Amino acid sequence: MNIRTKKHMYKVLALAAVAPFVLSACGGGNASNSGGDASKLTLLDYYNNEPDNTIMKGAIDKCAAEVGVSISREAVPGKDLIQKVLQKSSSKTLPDVLMLDNPDLQQIAATGGLAPLSDFGVDTSGFAKGMLEAGSYQGKVYGLAPTANTLGLFYNKKLLAAAGLKPPTTWAELKTTAKALTKGSQYGVAFSAIATYEGAWQFLPFMWTNGGDETNLDSPQNREALQLWKDLVDSGSASKGVINWSQGDVKDQFMAGKTAMMINGPWQIPALDADKSLEWGSVQVPINKPGQTPVAPLGGEVWTVPQTGNKAKQAKAAEFISCFTKDSTQLSLSEARYTVPTKPALAKEFVAKMPTMESFTEQVANARSRTGKLGDGWPKAATTIYTAIQLALTGKASVGDAFKQAANG
Amino acid sequence: MTSQSLQTAGETRIRFAGPAKSQPRRPRVRFDRETTTKVLFVVPAGLFMVLYFGYPVVKNLTMSFQDFTTKTFFTGEAPWIGVQNYVTVISSNLFGPAMLNTALFTIGSILGQFVIGMALAVFFNKKFPLSGFLRAMLLLPWLLPLIVASATWRSILDQDSGILNQFLGTFGIPAVPWLTSPSVALIAVIIVNIWIGIPFNVTLLYGGLQDIPAELYEAGALDGATGWKSFWHITWPNMRPVVSVVLVLGVVYTIKVLDIILGLTNGGPANATQTIAVRSYQESFVNFQFGVGAAFSNILILISLVFAIIYLRANRRAVDE
Repeated sequence: MNIRTKKHMYKVLALAAVAPFVLSACGGGNASNSGGDASKLTLLDYYNNEPDNTIMKGAIDKCAAEVGVSISREAVPGKDLIQKVLQKSSSKTLPDVLMLDNPDLQQIAATGGLAPLSDFGVDTSGFAKGMLEAGSYQGKVYGLAPTANTLGLFYNKKLLAAAGLKPPTTWAELKTTAKALTKGSQYGVAFSAIATYEGAWQFLPFMWTNGGDETNLDSPQNREALQLWKDLVDSGSASKGVINWSQGDVKDQFMAGKTAMMINGPWQIPALDADKSLEWGSVQVPINKPGQTPVAPLGGEVWTVPQTGNKAKQAKAAEFISCFTKDSTQLSLSEARYTVPTKPALAKEFVAKMPTMESFTEQVANARSRTGKLGDGWPKAATTIYTAIQLALTGKASVGDAFKQAANG
Repeated sequence: MTSQSLQTAGETRIRFAGPAKSQPRRPRVRFDRETTTKVLFVVPAGLFMVLYFGYPVVKNLTMSFQDFTTKTFFTGEAPWIGVQNYVTVISSNLFGPAMLNTALFTIGSILGQFVIGMALAVFFNKKFPLSGFLRAMLLLPWLLPLIVASATWRSILDQDSGILNQFLGTFGIPAVPWLTSPSVALIAVIIVNIWIGIPFNVTLLYGGLQDIPAELYEAGALDGATGWKSFWHITWPNMRPVVSVVLVLGVVYTIKVLDIILGLTNGGPANATQTIAVRSYQESFVNFQFGVGAAFSNILILISLVFAIIYLRANRRAVDE
């Protein structure tokens, strides 16, 4: 190589060596969250659909004004929330106020990404036991919920009256009522047995009411509950399609008159009410044997304060959460969204204002959180539950073996 | 032989031409201006490839050897656990069925898409009124977003009220449990995937058919090769490069199909439509075991790689012929 090409080569190499620095200067510069004044907070939730979006925005803005902060809010689709949270945590850009679906809270708290609310002196008294359990991890409360929802049995008043039947209160009544109401293309009852956490959620009322537990899935009580579902599908009272229906699909079937009863939650009420010709009623989930209490799972979202490293902002966020979960906010949110306040003391006042929510309010008082006993081990149990349901309903396993087989997969 | 001479007459093969200018007796790398300019043109593209293709692949590989969970996102720690994730993957009860389903799904989809695509391409090869319009309409399944397609098919395939069963009912066929029976669900998903894949096959195969000069058919007709014979002796050998592209692209794409299966059955009923891609997604984004999900997806990448190598080998052999 002669001297000229050597110099040329060095020039090129030098240029190439500088390039990465130029690129990194373009890329970097993402200011971190710490620093910046405490009156500007960021918030992340999953109420991106109407009408929730507008309702929640109103409530958030109200509390923001009370606490004296301005909130910049981001609403993402429900399925994307956890992924968004993980992304933000790895880029250290977690919001100051974070909403989580209650069964996810223990998992996120276990990572150390959330701050206990007791650090900021938030008052956690007066909340329903189940909701506090769901919002706690290792004895400390990380999240509070203003409202809760649960599951109940909806029925078509006209169809039941035409057959001269009352809404069922026991499993035996459920089977006979459903059978009597199955004619033509109309089924007696519908529920969601889909292969996702929704299917497991829908099964819990029957599992828990019968005394079964998520800590020991292969138990006679759980098998009895599974047998109920199998009997309903095998006898034709419930469509075979339940194993592929989400709760939204079940609601659609109910509204189309394809099913006389359905297991669903109060968040469907606005859609049901939109059809003026549909007369619906609701009762608590039926019990198996006399003396049992209907137990249903607790749904609802908790509000948390992530560890952002900015103590002043965290304190303001905790204040915001206190405002957001106080009595007046609970009542106004519950009335607007057809959910139930999480402070049992408000139940009477709430039912007086919203009589159609009576059965759900009673149910929430007896509701149980999914993560109360298993903590961050709940997702595995939920997977076993919905796999067992799928195996039993498709006939791939007998009811006796379903839970065992599901636990192995 | 007729077919051989037709082949060499019809094909244009790119040969490896030697350099136009004369070279010194000992080839040397010269860092002169021309080479530098060439290199600098490639560098941005090379960097892009390394960043957007290389980095994810390498990261996925390392993730499969780590215990990567939700905690990692917060603490940044992902302890090295060696091949533990792969052991979990291979010993899981769903691994065998998922592999089998992936194979069945891929083979069934490719066969269906290819045969129907080829038939349609040959059909459209002759021009008739509205053939251009119909060919454009054929593209519709490909243009629909997959989520929309799977939601629509979900309602079409509904056992009680879906229009497919209503249609079959008019012929007296009892309602088929398309998405609710473990034995039928995989077939239903394959049918939907074939429907989605036909436009791609038709378009590429049609393009390949257009490249075959009409003189070959005329010459063949003189020798008595018409209809099926002309397809077998003229069309098929000339389509070989296009066919291999279509098949390899089809296989590599179909192996990874996720949205359709998730939208239709979520991997159910009773895990009847679980494939490796679905397992990888569920492990990563439902169970948040990113290490295990990465292990599943690496197995998928390996299988795709094998097919890519087969394709390259087959192509090289074709060049050498």
